[in-house]
Amino acid sequence: MYNFEFEKPSSIADAVAALGGDEAQALGGGQTLIPTLKQRLASPTTLVSLSNIPEMQGICTGDDGALCIGGSTTHGAVASGAGAYLGLAALAGHIGDPAVRNRGTIGGSLANNDPSACYPAAALASGATLVTNTREIAADDYFLGMFETALEEGEIVTEVRFPIPEVSHYEKFVQPASRFALVGVMVAKFADGVRVAITGASEEGVFRWAEAEAALSANFSSDALDGLTLDADNMIGDLHGSKEYRAHLCGVIAKRAVAKAA
Amino acid sequence: MPKDGEIKSGIGASSKRREDVRFLTGNGNYTDDINIRGQAYVFFLRSDIAHGTLNSVDTSAAAAMPGVVQIFTGADFEAVGGIPCGWLVTDKHGEPMQEPKHPVLAHGKVRHVGEPIAAVVADSLEQARDAAEAIEVDSSELPAVINMKDAFKEGATKVHDDLTSNLCYDWGFVEENKGAVDEAFKNAHHVTTLELVNNRLVANPMEPRVAIGDYARSDEQHTLYTTSQNPHVIRLLMGAFVLGIPEHKLRVISPDVGGGFGTKIFHYQEEAFCTFAAKACNRPVKWTSSRSEAFMSDAHGRDHVTTIQLALDKDNNFTALRTDTLANMGAYLSTFASSVPTWLHGTLMAGNYKTPLIYVNVKAMFTNTVPVDAYRGAGRPEATYQIERVIDMAARELGADPVALRRQNYVTEFPYATPVAVEYDTGDYHATMDKLEEIGDFTGFEARRKESEAKGKWRGLGINNYIEACGIAPSNLVGQLGARAGLYDAATVRVNATGSISVMVGAHSHGQGHETAFPQVVADMIGIDESQIDIVHGDTSKIPFGMGTYGSRSLAVCGSAMVRATEKIIAKAKKIAAHLLEASDTDIELKDGMFSVAGTDKSVAWGDVTLAAYVPHNYPLEEIEPGLEETAFYDPSNFTYPAGAYACEVEVDPDTGKVTIERFSAADDFGNVINPMIVSGQVHGGIAQGVGQALLEGCSYDEESGQLLTGSYMDYAMPRADDLPFYSVDHSCQTPCTHNPLGVKGCGEAGAIGSPPSVVNAVIDALHSGGKEVAHIDMPLTPDRVWNAINNA
Repeated sequence: MYNFEFEKPSSIADAVAALGGDEAQALGGGQTLIPTLKQRLASPTTLVSLSNIPEMQGICTGDDGALCIGGSTTHGAVASGAGAYLGLAALAGHIGDPAVRNRGTIGGSLANNDPSACYPAAALASGATLVTNTREIAADDYFLGMFETALEEGEIVTEVRFPIPEVSHYEKFVQPASRFALVGVMVAKFADGVRVAITGASEEGVFRWAEAEAALSANFSSDALDGLTLDADNMIGDLHGSKEYRAHLCGVIAKRAVAKAA
Repeated sequence: MPKDGEIKSGIGASSKRREDVRFLTGNGNYTDDINIRGQAYVFFLRSDIAHGTLNSVDTSAAAAMPGVVQIFTGADFEAVGGIPCGWLVTDKHGEPMQEPKHPVLAHGKVRHVGEPIAAVVADSLEQARDAAEAIEVDSSELPAVINMKDAFKEGATKVHDDLTSNLCYDWGFVEENKGAVDEAFKNAHHVTTLELVNNRLVANPMEPRVAIGDYARSDEQHTLYTTSQNPHVIRLLMGAFVLGIPEHKLRVISPDVGGGFGTKIFHYQEEAFCTFAAKACNRPVKWTSSRSEAFMSDAHGRDHVTTIQLALDKDNNFTALRTDTLANMGAYLSTFASSVPTWLHGTLMAGNYKTPLIYVNVKAMFTNTVPVDAYRGAGRPEATYQIERVIDMAARELGADPVALRRQNYVTEFPYATPVAVEYDTGDYHATMDKLEEIGDFTGFEARRKESEAKGKWRGLGINNYIEACGIAPSNLVGQLGARAGLYDAATVRVNATGSISVMVGAHSHGQGHETAFPQVVADMIGIDESQIDIVHGDTSKIPFGMGTYGSRSLAVCGSAMVRATEKIIAKAKKIAAHLLEASDTDIELKDGMFSVAGTDKSVAWGDVTLAAYVPHNYPLEEIEPGLEETAFYDPSNFTYPAGAYACEVEVDPDTGKVTIERFSAADDFGNVINPMIVSGQVHGGIAQGVGQALLEGCSYDEESGQLLTGSYMDYAMPRADDLPFYSVDHSCQTPCTHNPLGVKGCGEAGAIGSPPSVVNAVIDALHSGGKEVAHIDMPLTPDRVWNAINNA
């Protein structure tokens, strides 16, 4: 990697100030950024670590009953600490491997918005709110496409607030090499309806499957998805799966998610 | 893991691997652990295009960068020999293969992504890398030829302008049989035809390659530390053919090596570069491959496209076999590339069967890809896969039982001369199939299939036989076949004064457990404890000239040399004992480390005899020399022929196409076994790689741009522990090799050779049980491919 300055602020305010510098880049758990730096594909002047900011750490329950997770909370901490939202805890517990889960953070994953990452499906299916240093963004407004989000330059995801569904499940069908999601489906059933979000499949990143949500809101059983299909045109087609295969898998994996939702 | 009553030491004991203590506690000494005072680091600027003309390589700005010692380009190596190929194949017209120049650094043209263009030597790796970015390469990209069928077409882009075409050779084997084979096909009752791909693989040893060149001006001595399976081969090839360094001035050291799988046999440009640059810069020069570099510079494996046809008579006897294969050589000929699709492949096309007429055609093609060479099994997996897939397909077409069809056609009388030039010395294929049926619980399969169906899964059972030729093989024979090296091996047994022993071997251990298994043999012969014996390997200044480790040859060839040297030791020690015991040496017996006079109670211990050899106060100096050290070279009279039968049971998820392996059973005949635990471990690892090939691994290039699509573990799928079941592995069927002193055959490659066909046969069987008439799916059988096959059936 190229040389860079390294800062490790202990407050959000200091982090925001540091990120105002020329060519500064926030560093969450580094699970994408560090390999990118090692390949010399990025050359920030300053790396601002977010790992030493107490107000961005940990899990608590908000006044409205939502599960609030600090942006720098690791996947491992969510897996073991999000017992109030079992579907989310299970999702976090199956991201990558133990080394990844002990470094990678929820804020880092959501800010990166990898089209095959797991957390975007959880945030979108839960109708989560992403809290930043300047504002609150509804998940429905946050994900703008592959690696694209509503975040402005220098804006940090400080917390994510998850409404807790009655039942939920995240089902992942892995890409054999990377074991990222080839297709991952998060199903969350709330009192006012069902939300279904799919990661890994679309060229536009994580998305909600409206027809499936309507069918499941009327009848929350995997049979309700019979006959529903997704258009293959917008799907990712690559070495690991054709567009048609991914479109097909969305239906299969969604059914399995519904069947396992608890 | 010896159980009560089992052999606890010596030959047949499952002694724990002593080398694992240092490997598992972080105390191994790998090449990258070696750092020499004052060393500089090299970074290779590699081609990012598959094919192009190098108009200029301007290093002037880079040379002025901080820390840069010297920058080298292809022009610096014009006076130096190219990387040689170690096997000359003669084509079906009697003409030699086309052999392109293989420069250390690209000169004039680049021919694959990853080919080194320039090398920057600097005080630190980061400085070298910084400077490499400042090198200005002016190149004109040319169309790349990636697909072998395209490369073969008239008017195709040529990888090498100075060759007549992209065809390295068109090999017919046995050419004289072609007419008779064709005639047999005309008269066949049934012909089964199958076109298949043996997928290109990247070996991916855990330790990437490393090379350190060192040079001492004081005595003009070169030293190369390198991750090699065969340091003497590297010394010979690099010293004699590339750099012109006499052997006595060149030492090659391969310390602990973290896996080879074939890809560390070959002599690579980076080794030659570091050796050359250490003298030119007068500093040690170190290179450590990154994983990304390994993907685009380690020789790849397999990559054959084959059409195979099997002819049968009305009674289902195999009457003839013929094949047409395109074999990818990549852009240059790696060290043994030319031998893999020919002599290591064509000679195995009889398999375990008495097919009387066989003809094999192989067209080896140059393409704009990384060179392809031997990978665990090397040619034999390709042969086995073709034979065992086409037999399974024939059984399905004919409604025959796949086990019965195989059994009916087995070779049962030995020695057996195949129609493809080799002679199997011994074997018992019915015995391994009997054992397989037992450990694979074939009778319980239908019940298991029903259990799977109840879960919505399709279950399949796939079987296959395999045979391989190991322990290559008489040097005079391989010389006739085009090998530019001998293929013997050597061992020196040095007995120390107090009776401990160092054995210097030409074989190289990089995961095989030689340091444990080899002492078991010597300990058994003398009757002393294994702990009294150490193995020395991997340093040309310490060991006799041996050919190293590949082709499952170490025990069969080098182990035989060690036995011969130990026999010489024992013969001499008996003479010394006879002197001490005042008896005739013909009356001396050696048992449990004691020499005794037959029929008396007179005896002398091993340690007393060895001490006498080095402190020869009471010693027959007029008859024999003092000391106790012997060397033997062993050149086998034939290959060895390990064989066996494998079974795989899979479940296929019809909704996703995902295949899971539920059972895997392997019944092998390795002849005599020295350490059953190590043998089982070798089979386990081989099966993991075979399953990897069958289900997961596939190296892929973009056919337009020639870019490597699977250049990291994000896209190249390696098998993981949870991809594999618990295996049932058995090697109790033993027909000892008839021509080497240990009766051993070799076990290192069997798992990788024997497992892919059974996996694919099992998946095809599962699809048929689900009502899908799928004839074939090419490896790797990814969920996407299996689902597509189901959908299109």
